[in-house]
Amino acid sequence: MDPIPGGREPRQQPLLDVRNLSVAFHDGETWGEVLTDVSFAIEPGEFVGIVGESGCGKSLTALSILGLLPPRGVRLGGAMLFDGRDLAKLSERARREVRGRRISMVFQEPMSALDPVFTVGTQLLETVRTHFKVGRREALERAVEALAAVGIASPRQAAAMYPSSLSGGMRQRAMIAMALVCEPRLLIADEPTTALDVTIQAQIMDLLIELGQRTGTAILFITHNLALVAESCRRMLTMYAGQIVEDGPVREILARPRHPYTAGLLGSIPQSSRRKSVLPSIPGRVPSLHEMPPGCRFAPRCAHVEPPCLVPQQLVSGRDWRKVRCRRAGELALPGAQS
Amino acid sequence: MGTTLRLVARRLWQLLPIVMFATLVVFLLLQLVPGDPALILAGDYASKERIEEIRQLYGFDRPLIVQYLSWFLNVLHGDLGTSLLSGAPVLELIMQRMPNTVLIAVYSLIIAAVVGITLGVLAATRVGSRVDAFVTSTASLGVALPSFWLAILLVATFALQLHLFPATGARPFTVNPGDAIRHATLPAVALAVGVIAELARQTRSALIEVLSSQYVRTLRAKGLGPMAILWKHGLRNISVTLLTLLGLAVNRLFSGAVVIEAVFAIPGAGSLVAYSAINKDFPVVQGTVLMFAVIVILVNLTVDILNALLDPRVAEE
Repeated sequence: MDPIPGGREPRQQPLLDVRNLSVAFHDGETWGEVLTDVSFAIEPGEFVGIVGESGCGKSLTALSILGLLPPRGVRLGGAMLFDGRDLAKLSERARREVRGRRISMVFQEPMSALDPVFTVGTQLLETVRTHFKVGRREALERAVEALAAVGIASPRQAAAMYPSSLSGGMRQRAMIAMALVCEPRLLIADEPTTALDVTIQAQIMDLLIELGQRTGTAILFITHNLALVAESCRRMLTMYAGQIVEDGPVREILARPRHPYTAGLLGSIPQSSRRKSVLPSIPGRVPSLHEMPPGCRFAPRCAHVEPPCLVPQQLVSGRDWRKVRCRRAGELALPGAQS
Repeated sequence: MGTTLRLVARRLWQLLPIVMFATLVVFLLLQLVPGDPALILAGDYASKERIEEIRQLYGFDRPLIVQYLSWFLNVLHGDLGTSLLSGAPVLELIMQRMPNTVLIAVYSLIIAAVVGITLGVLAATRVGSRVDAFVTSTASLGVALPSFWLAILLVATFALQLHLFPATGARPFTVNPGDAIRHATLPAVALAVGVIAELARQTRSALIEVLSSQYVRTLRAKGLGPMAILWKHGLRNISVTLLTLLGLAVNRLFSGAVVIEAVFAIPGAGSLVAYSAINKDFPVVQGTVLMFAVIVILVNLTVDILNALLDPRVAEE
């Protein structure tokens, strides 16, 4: 048994420490804040899942960490400490040295995420040569090794192929190989399996878990699919309307969610034991930027609203390693996942 | 590589019917030009019998289709015939004139490619800036400007006022390249402006699409700098568009040369066609049109081959 739930080592310095991150976009007239007070940490080698509906700010959080937000019309607040350095304060040049080398990313659509006019091998060796002073041949050797490491059977042939001649699963493997070829400390995987067949999905998830354990790379896994998080992550974050609403070990959150939104997501997972009943869903929809409630952002859709919910909610740490953004978390007894 | 070879074979096979069709249409159009070549050949004071004799001698009394086919058969044997007016072999006439036209066309293409692509890249990387506004607004103007009007303007300014370039004529490139280029500059610029405008506009829109694509986001995510993204991945991805446009530009430049050579009094293939057509010297017109058609088809073929080599998606089609 782990001494601490979720296996986190408390006194270790986190690999990535995001503090009060906020992102606002200018739409020509006003600023719309799309990320508000996002704080979380990732330990070295940890496998963390971020769950939430599309548009809740998961991908935006990832792009902010990498520094891939558009150059104009964006206002960034807060800090992102990576290995002790604040990424938000780095120059563009310094951020480029981090991107692909220390922090890398895998995207949702492997088809459109690879350049169609260069071979897979060229694109991988380009990544190597961007960050290391090595010759073409040595870079290609590393590229082939990386392709082999993600389970591509004949890596040398695959390296000579164009993305269009690979299958979807192979392409995503190549993307993962490209993300890991410089042995980064953190891999952000943004819906890496969503565009793939179910059987391929499982293979890619297994691959990510295995690579994370083997290389010690921490993985931030972004998905709307809570079931995938339940199977693969130790810790999870729930995001709603640009905020983190719950943070804690997956097993405990699944058993006893503290935020009504997490509980709602859990209730929406199809389960074989209740095959005959109607699949429950959360009523209403995510509020748009301009109609954001002043208090708890989930309040309009929540079944447990009371007067304390009408003021802004803070992400509060419990005595255990769990955090929740709900004043009523202590008094509610929300149903967990049935398994 | 097999697909590329098949492509070449197919295109070369298509050459024959296209050339035949083009020259046939020109031949029939020439019949609409007023005047009788036999009259011109016979001279001012020839008798009716003499004119009839000449008509039979040159075969003008035969049905049109027979005249055309006999010309075409001779072409297949490598014989382009002789000029009705000067009696000189058509091939010789073309070979004298063609270098002047090719010089203007190639020069103009180089100017257009350098300026047009540069402007397009500047506009695409600075969307909404003053450079972008300039390129997008002047691009439509440049396409609409008639090249002969621009030519007259250029001559008035750079030749007659500033004396920077000669106003008319051409010099052979092989004798004095510097002088030849000086003579070709104003006509080449006049021809290039329309192509520059088109290239700048298309480069801009193609590049904007590429730069906002998901794979460019991947390139940024792996730490590539903006220069590598633009010049390596950006231009490589729009190279097919650019080459296709340049191929079309060649067609346009050769047809534009006919007018431009008239304005600058350049003894090129374009003015040869214009002069011969007015005088119904049909072997010369036919021969030159044939040459133009072959050049255009070969350029397009080269473009297709390069496209297949540059972009795997084109090769697979």
